[in-house]
Amino acid sequence: MKAKVFVTLKPSVLDPQGKAIHHSVESLGFAGIGDVRQGKYFEITFDPSTDINQARTSVERIAKDVLANPVIEDYKVEVEA
Amino acid sequence: MKFGVVVFPGSNCDHDAYHVVSKHVGQPVDFVWHQETDLSEYDAVIVPGGFSYGDYLRAGALARFSPVMRSIREFADSGRFVFGICNGFQILCEAGLLPGALMRNAGLHFVCKHVNLRLENRDTPFTSEIETGKVLSIPIAHAEGNYTCDDETFNSLEENGQIVFRYCSADGEITEGSNPNGARSNIAGICNLDRNVLGMMPHPERACEELLGSNDGRDIFRSLTKAMAAAEASA
Repeated sequence: MKAKVFVTLKPSVLDPQGKAIHHSVESLGFAGIGDVRQGKYFEITFDPSTDINQARTSVERIAKDVLANPVIEDYKVEVEA
Repeated sequence: MKFGVVVFPGSNCDHDAYHVVSKHVGQPVDFVWHQETDLSEYDAVIVPGGFSYGDYLRAGALARFSPVMRSIREFADSGRFVFGICNGFQILCEAGLLPGALMRNAGLHFVCKHVNLRLENRDTPFTSEIETGKVLSIPIAHAEGNYTCDDETFNSLEENGQIVFRYCSADGEITEGSNPNGARSNIAGICNLDRNVLGMMPHPERACEELLGSNDGRDIFRSLTKAMAAAEASA
């Protein structure tokens, strides 16, 4: 069983790294790109015997307490059986 | 009166802080390994600069889970002094002992240079000995010093006098050009509501010797020592 956690900067937070990437992408000739935002992606693997609801609860807490800083970041959790 | 300097895996300004306390402040000081949980013999704890846990995940994010941090929270709650410098400031924010967060510098670069700081609140245990109006020259060395917080937090910081230092020009003006990292409102250092916890990005422990270009950092350590002596006398 695998959980995926996506951590992204809150829309109100400036992302200088995303801006630099945006600039590089444009300099390669890719047009029409409005914005690039950088985030983080985590894969968390559970033992196959773990209950999916239990896993979902655990990952929510892990994302909230460790993986994301709620002052500046949002997160999204997906759990696959 | 005794200082503790916390050491995490990856701390690298711990010896600078120890050196300044032992040599210039002239007080007893111990290194405190991050697995330690007993802080009862200390009156002030310095959370030093460096790259605790290699800055993995976010600067300061993993150090927050070290055993010593629970004790530091209790230590702060008991009114004793906690001083976070650079990575120490990042750790205190991650741990929720100070509000807000420190993000990647707006210019993306690691910035290492002397900056000018304006004292915004002299009424704290860390700043009482700094002359009013004095502009301090203290070095910074960081890539994640861009202080950020929401409007509500910012307003409460301002209202409660928790903004302690701001980046400024040589003559004390708060300008965009003197902001090295994009920090909100040029914030370089803040304290908690009770004013016994201070976090700042600049390194006062690197500015205590004329040979290093400035000894303005001594004012901060002298203030803290005075506050510790006063706390000891009233205990």
